[in-house]
Amino acid sequence: MNGGKFVKLYELTVSQLSSLLKKKEINAVELTRTVLDRIVEAEPVLDCYINIIEEQAVERAEKVQKMMDAGELYSPLAGIPMAVKDNICTEGIPTTCASKMLQDFVPPYNAAVMQKLYNNGAILLGKLNMDEFAMGSSTENSYFKKTKNPWNHDRVPGGSSGGCAAAVAAGEAIYSLGTDTGGSLRQPSALCGVTGFKPTYGSVSRFGLIGYASSFDQIGPVAKDVTDSALVLNAIAGHDSQDSTSAGIKYPDYTESLVNNVKNMKIGIPSEYMRNNTSEDVRKAVSEAIELFEKLGAKCEEFSLPIMEYVLPTYCIITFAEASSNLGRYDGVKYGHRAKDYKDLGELYKRTRDEGFGSEVKRRIILGTYVLSAGQYDKYYKKALQARRVICHELNRAFDKYDLIMGPTSPSTAFRFGTKVEDPAEMYKNDVLTMPANIAGLPAISVPCGFDGDSMPIGLQFIGKQFGESTLLRAAYTFEQNTDFHKNKPVIKPVI
Amino acid sequence: MNYEVVIGLEVHAELSTNSKIFCSCTTEFGGDPNTHTCPGCSGMPGSLPVLNRRVVEYAIKAGLATNCIISNYTKMDRKNYFYPDLPGAYQISQYDIPICKNGYIEIEVEGKKKRIRVTRIHMEEDAGKLMHDEFGAGSLIDYNRAGMPLVEIVTEPDIRSAEEAKAFLDNLKSILQFIDVSDCKMEEGSLRCDVNISVRPEGEEKLGVRTEMKNLNSFKAVISAIEYESKRHIDEIESGGVIYRETRRWDDDKGFSYSMRSKEQAEDYRYFPDPDLPPIIIDQEWIEKIRSTLPELPEARKQRYMKEYDLPAYDAGILTSSKVISNFFEKALRKTDNVKAVSNWIMGDLMRILKDRKLEVENIPFPAEYLADMISLIDKGTISGTMAKKVFEKMFDSGKAPEVIVKEEGLEVVTDEAAIAKIVDKVLDNNPGSVADYKAGKKKALGFLVGQVMKESKGKAEPQLVNRLLSEKLNE
Repeated sequence: MNGGKFVKLYELTVSQLSSLLKKKEINAVELTRTVLDRIVEAEPVLDCYINIIEEQAVERAEKVQKMMDAGELYSPLAGIPMAVKDNICTEGIPTTCASKMLQDFVPPYNAAVMQKLYNNGAILLGKLNMDEFAMGSSTENSYFKKTKNPWNHDRVPGGSSGGCAAAVAAGEAIYSLGTDTGGSLRQPSALCGVTGFKPTYGSVSRFGLIGYASSFDQIGPVAKDVTDSALVLNAIAGHDSQDSTSAGIKYPDYTESLVNNVKNMKIGIPSEYMRNNTSEDVRKAVSEAIELFEKLGAKCEEFSLPIMEYVLPTYCIITFAEASSNLGRYDGVKYGHRAKDYKDLGELYKRTRDEGFGSEVKRRIILGTYVLSAGQYDKYYKKALQARRVICHELNRAFDKYDLIMGPTSPSTAFRFGTKVEDPAEMYKNDVLTMPANIAGLPAISVPCGFDGDSMPIGLQFIGKQFGESTLLRAAYTFEQNTDFHKNKPVIKPVI
Repeated sequence: MNYEVVIGLEVHAELSTNSKIFCSCTTEFGGDPNTHTCPGCSGMPGSLPVLNRRVVEYAIKAGLATNCIISNYTKMDRKNYFYPDLPGAYQISQYDIPICKNGYIEIEVEGKKKRIRVTRIHMEEDAGKLMHDEFGAGSLIDYNRAGMPLVEIVTEPDIRSAEEAKAFLDNLKSILQFIDVSDCKMEEGSLRCDVNISVRPEGEEKLGVRTEMKNLNSFKAVISAIEYESKRHIDEIESGGVIYRETRRWDDDKGFSYSMRSKEQAEDYRYFPDPDLPPIIIDQEWIEKIRSTLPELPEARKQRYMKEYDLPAYDAGILTSSKVISNFFEKALRKTDNVKAVSNWIMGDLMRILKDRKLEVENIPFPAEYLADMISLIDKGTISGTMAKKVFEKMFDSGKAPEVIVKEEGLEVVTDEAAIAKIVDKVLDNNPGSVADYKAGKKKALGFLVGQVMKESKGKAEPQLVNRLLSEKLNE
């Protein structure tokens, strides 16, 4: 590195590192080793990873460097070390969903996103911790470990993609891929002070993503800034014939939307996002963001979104219903955990599932089974589908007036371990501001917008119209160019 | 009291697409266990279904051929239940919006025509196969069959007898074969049938309590099961008992049905739309395009045979009962004009030999043209009708052309007058008694002498020639 203050490689962004690699000031192997060293340093404190594939990462870095030297690889992601959430299938590498059920499961194939990243020369470092089967908002539901928030090790990193956000914040990966079913990558990004981008449902193939709620699940990047988010999305978005819900649109170059200009952009702020559970500090940070946008020439306006009242029940009923069906396949017959003692088939099922699943997963399977059962279907599931349509309609109506919806990502900053995990309803409420985008399949991004009194990061959320990534990225990029929040780094205190 | 039997059928037909319904695995029958599988059809985490467009097309075809209305909007639903042969713990099927509905198939029993209404046809995937105890310890699963494309065809309770059920299945099978959507091989499990049955006193309108019988793997089993179960219902009612609504399994070897589970124990399948599969939109243009590719259906072909070839209804019916038979018939007719002979040979000797040798029509070891060739040999007098029967058997043995068999086996009719005259002389010399009888006026003796000549010539002498020569010599 040339002159000035000493910056560590793991603190740099994809775009910075990519340019250093291209100029041959660093090479992929050296970079990979540096990040692996950082993992050795920070991991004992943070517990971001379920599985680290050190040797394979270095091997791949050597291969990628050779290809780059030969001019066969020129993707901005080539040679950049990264990691993925452990519900994304990686061929030959265990994929556990942070569950005892899949503790030893090694997929025989790669998820579509993984294949795309490998084709782009990405260096996979390992698999990141999460709430079991992506069910949770604190990563406390992992069977293996509790990931700590890099900003305060007594606090949760958020979830379910807690490992993804904590690893990127701490420099244990340059970027990561998370998944978002109700806010699962935006909320931890907000709580860890990084950028989390959930694209429009259907833009990134779900093939190889271990399903929680199929009509909500979406893969997206967790990165250090908006530019990196666009670079990663460029690599992973696109139509995939292996996923029937994949969108057959013309995919843009998302980096073209990185324009520092929001003049005349109409931004709507749902008053419900600023009331209710939203903490004072969060409200203040978002209000300051609103002021900044006004100053930059955008037109901001509060509006009422009464359907917010139905968001939580709608989300819970539909996602739990889909989960109860999606998780039926973990029965001890084909792969994964199997109970040791059983007298007959019924007992094999019961014991396997009793031993293999954690309590939150069981809760959602039971509730989901209930809302689909004869006699309850009309009261719950069918009604929730109707509510989903109404919510979609109301959100789309808002987009007749506004180019974007803006508000906090999460009503509060990172909470302490154990404070919400015993109260599921309280935990679910933590995601209520991120759920609308999943219910309606809309793109949404969370960027850092300040810190609370305890110096914990606050996230600002933008929600765009379907396939409106361009406007979304422009607003987020402009905000980032005019603020410094994303440049703050947590200090990891090593274990003594 | 007289009772009326009320029957509805649920028929599962495996579609003859090249690949499975939600993945690109082959649908070929057989194969070592779990070799026709992929992450999709074996229920691996993260795998996703992609609907095979061909399956939709075949289902539409089946619907059009059975006079159904085709849904312009339909969807796939999940039927959730746990069983090891179901890798995802749900079967992707169709619940409230089947792809086809409100059709019918016409049947004819004892000269009476009747419409059996088709309630619905829907698409779904098959499950794998459990193999119990083959290796002593526990069960093994073969997922080769998992994800095979099926249509389920459900009828209204319009069937009143085993004969009507058989007629419906015969017609359905030939329709599905004619339109090339299923090969309907029961022995490979590509056609399976469940029977819903109830009885009620004649004249009564209210339906009796029904039982459902599963595991009917042949048409014969369907008939025996209906006969057994209707008698069981009637006996039970007559003796003051009660019929419970339940699912029963038919044991074809032992010839009886037994209870599998009662309706109270019935599972709640928690059907809901599969979120991995978007709704299926079928525009009219697509339907019309498929309609235009529909071939001549069995009933139309039967009418044509009656008109064009002047065949009796019964014969035309048999000849169109399966696509393979019908095509065999038509192919043979390309090489001979003797329609009556072709028809008689197919309905007579051919059917008999297939039955004796336990062969399917598909397995006839020679092309239809050979039958035409053989008929031509008879018509030309090269072989006798009796000889032809032997030649035909040998065609089944070796698959060789009739001319080749005739030559190799020396079966041609002997028309050489001098050669036959020699035999005639020999027979007359050896049977002076019969000669005397004939000359004494016992004309019957001629028949005996003809027989002796035929025997001496190993059946190859041309009979008319033998008759003439004998008469000449005897009347000298």
